Amino acid sequence: MTTYYSEEHEWVSVEGDVVTLGITQHAADQLGEIVFCEQKDVGDAFGKGDEIGVIESVKAASEIYAPLDGEVIAVNETLADTPGALNDSPEGDAWIYKIKLAEAAQLEDLMDLNGYKTLIG
Amino acid sequence: MTDAPKRTPLYDLHVELGGKMVDFAGWEMPVQYPMGIMGEHKQCREKAGLFDVSHMGQVILKGADIATQLEKIAPSAFTTLKEGKARYTFFTNEQGGIMDDLIVSNAGDHFFVVVNASMRHQDIPHMAQHLDGIEVTEIFDRALVAVQGPAAENVVGGLCPAAREMKFMETIVADIMGVECRLSRLGYTGEDGYEISIPEDKAIEITRAFLAHEDCEPAGLGARDSLRLEAGLCLYGNDIDTDTTPVEASLTWAMQKRRREEGGFPGAARIQKQLTEGAARKLVGIKPTGRAPARQGVEVQSTEGETIGSITSGGFGPTVGGPVAMGYVSASHARPGETVNLIIRGKSQPAEVVALPFVTQNYKR
Repeated sequence: MTTYYSEEHEWVSVEGDVVTLGITQHAADQLGEIVFCEQKDVGDAFGKGDEIGVIESVKAASEIYAPLDGEVIAVNETLADTPGALNDSPEGDAWIYKIKLAEAAQLEDLMDLNGYKTLIG
Repeated sequence: MTDAPKRTPLYDLHVELGGKMVDFAGWEMPVQYPMGIMGEHKQCREKAGLFDVSHMGQVILKGADIATQLEKIAPSAFTTLKEGKARYTFFTNEQGGIMDDLIVSNAGDHFFVVVNASMRHQDIPHMAQHLDGIEVTEIFDRALVAVQGPAAENVVGGLCPAAREMKFMETIVADIMGVECRLSRLGYTGEDGYEISIPEDKAIEITRAFLAHEDCEPAGLGARDSLRLEAGLCLYGNDIDTDTTPVEASLTWAMQKRRREEGGFPGAARIQKQLTEGAARKLVGIKPTGRAPARQGVEVQSTEGETIGSITSGGFGPTVGGPVAMGYVSASHARPGETVNLIIRGKSQPAEVVALPFVTQNYKR
């Protein structure tokens, strides 16, 4: 299983043609206390760069942008009732979607962990 | 050309305490500390939070008949404002719109006025122009610190016993650690508490002494906003502005009976007409039924899909444990219990019109 990172502070971990997507610890820390996560539905398809959700912290709303083309095949429904999990375990239990990958080559546009660490300094 | 953000006398302390500094109305202010907005909010509701509000304008009015002069530009009663008492009020324009909201205190030989940070550049010339024979002096050498919450009396009273004897909306000058400070028992969180004007060279020392109390923690602008929103208190520029009247904003309680009847303030004709006939729209509390917060600018619709207003302030209320908002709606839909819809990112979300505040105010009357 390989994990990649986007400049929009999302992570995706790949298993075959399915990726699990979430936000990074860095993003969660920057957002502050998260109180709401608006998610797409299973079956929704989207293209790279599309808005695929919104995360609201106490102070502000931030969009989640798709790091690649795909289709939602599972939604982490626990986030509806416990959005704070995104602060506690953003790179663990609080994944946001499982996505069927449309274009595996798009993974090459993302960063590895070292690249991401360089980005966030 | 942009001016560099200004710093309050407490700037170094904010940085030392880990405050996350942001530009607010031209001031470099802490939006939150390591405890986080939610924690700071709860701290203030349960114990005591300390806010730096030095960015607000502190103004001294001196001269004869200050009260009478103030009644020319603000619709509250000042001639009956006793020495040692403070009053919430606002300046109105000729259309009855609100130019700013402020606190006016009768300090005996002078009046003490606190205006919003973003409006001080308007308010001071406005007062200087309209208050005949009154000397209007903005003071720049004092910090203003708010200690708010049920433990505020113990926090402030521990250093200044006289504070314990004060009632809501009273103001005194008293000694704190050998320094002459002005204490006013008021604030903008819905909690009991004090605003304390401190000479700038002693501001950090005295603030540290408040923070040394086990029940007192620093709180930033983020918590200040969620606290005032839950308390149903208007924020100038969001919930009230020159396009809104005191009647629309449900602030007529700040206009005492004589002033409502006699008028004699800018925009009186329109305001009095609205007092008699009612305003076409009203500021109300709005509680989204779901979890999605409704932010400023969100459209409010009737259940029939007709646009009836918009949200002016909204977010997550940590004490309420869910989203809370304020906004203007048509008078026909302003009754508590009314079901409305909020258009959040294109989707219609149900909400209910509710009475303000969202939390019980906890003042020491």
